[in-house]
Amino acid sequence: MSAHEQTAGHHDDHGGNHGSLRDYLIGFGLSVVLTAIPFWLVMARPLASPGVTAALILGFALVQMVVHMIYFLHMNGKAEGGWTLTALIFTIILVVIMMTGSLWVMYHLNTNMMPMPPDMSQMP
Amino acid sequence: MTAIAITPEADLRFYDLDEHDHPDGHSTMLGFWIYLMSDCLIFAILFACYAVLGGNYAAGPGPKDLFELPLVAVNTAMLLFSSITYGFAMLAMQRDQLNQTRLWLLITAVFGGAFLAIELYEFQHLIHIGATPQRSAFLSAFFTLVGTHGLHVTFGTIWLFTLVVQISRKGLIEANKRRLQCLSLFWHFLDVIWIGVFTIVYLMGMLR
Repeated sequence: MSAHEQTAGHHDDHGGNHGSLRDYLIGFGLSVVLTAIPFWLVMARPLASPGVTAALILGFALVQMVVHMIYFLHMNGKAEGGWTLTALIFTIILVVIMMTGSLWVMYHLNTNMMPMPPDMSQMP
Repeated sequence: MTAIAITPEADLRFYDLDEHDHPDGHSTMLGFWIYLMSDCLIFAILFACYAVLGGNYAAGPGPKDLFELPLVAVNTAMLLFSSITYGFAMLAMQRDQLNQTRLWLLITAVFGGAFLAIELYEFQHLIHIGATPQRSAFLSAFFTLVGTHGLHVTFGTIWLFTLVVQISRKGLIEANKRRLQCLSLFWHFLDVIWIGVFTIVYLMGMLR
């Protein structure tokens, strides 16, 4: 890569990194819908099963996070030569390991714990 | 093996040994983004704590006894409105309209302030009815996670007022635009975290 290409990349960062009015309005509209549906799902409970409802609202949250990333934070593969996206992907990997790992380990810890009789806590 | 005749023209190589000129603030946005990613890890740990401890009520009140979803919905709306008004401030900044930028920033501050007021009211209400952070592991995790987010919004609002003063005194100079862009990332990032908070803490809490 030549020095000329690098400077051209920097100019792109400052020019193309901002959103337009259209971007913000699309992002806002999508966010309102993606927020309203989970609240409705929980407040009105059209679905009887808590498991299905929980999975659905988690799905809506993930989609809304992606919408915010694209339309409000203007994430793309080109900003800062792709380094913001690389840092984001690395962080997502860490977050997923941390969340699933904690839940997995602590779930097994709880289920494998010996049941304690109520009077056990009174023992010396 | 053949001998290659080395001519000075063919083997000329250049190495950039001198420190070359870095324009002012050329790496600020990337650096700030990496700060936000590390902040994201703090929240990931707090979310993991809440996910693990969220069911340990210690015979105390649970989410269904404590949370009021209409209030949370209003709170979410406040933060979402503040996101779009900050976006309008950024658009005005790109057009170099100082007064409009300042106006939209102040409207953003009003929505941010409303969010904080509602959250403080909720905390005060919870503590008043005895659901303090000491009550159970669930409440400790809840206050730590939601409180950390609230602290971030508080500092974001302070930063926002600082920048309103800055652009009023110095105008929309290059450095101030860079600062406004950093706060833009920070503010929208907090909204992304709030999506996780209202989904995992409030909505899934009501399903438990």
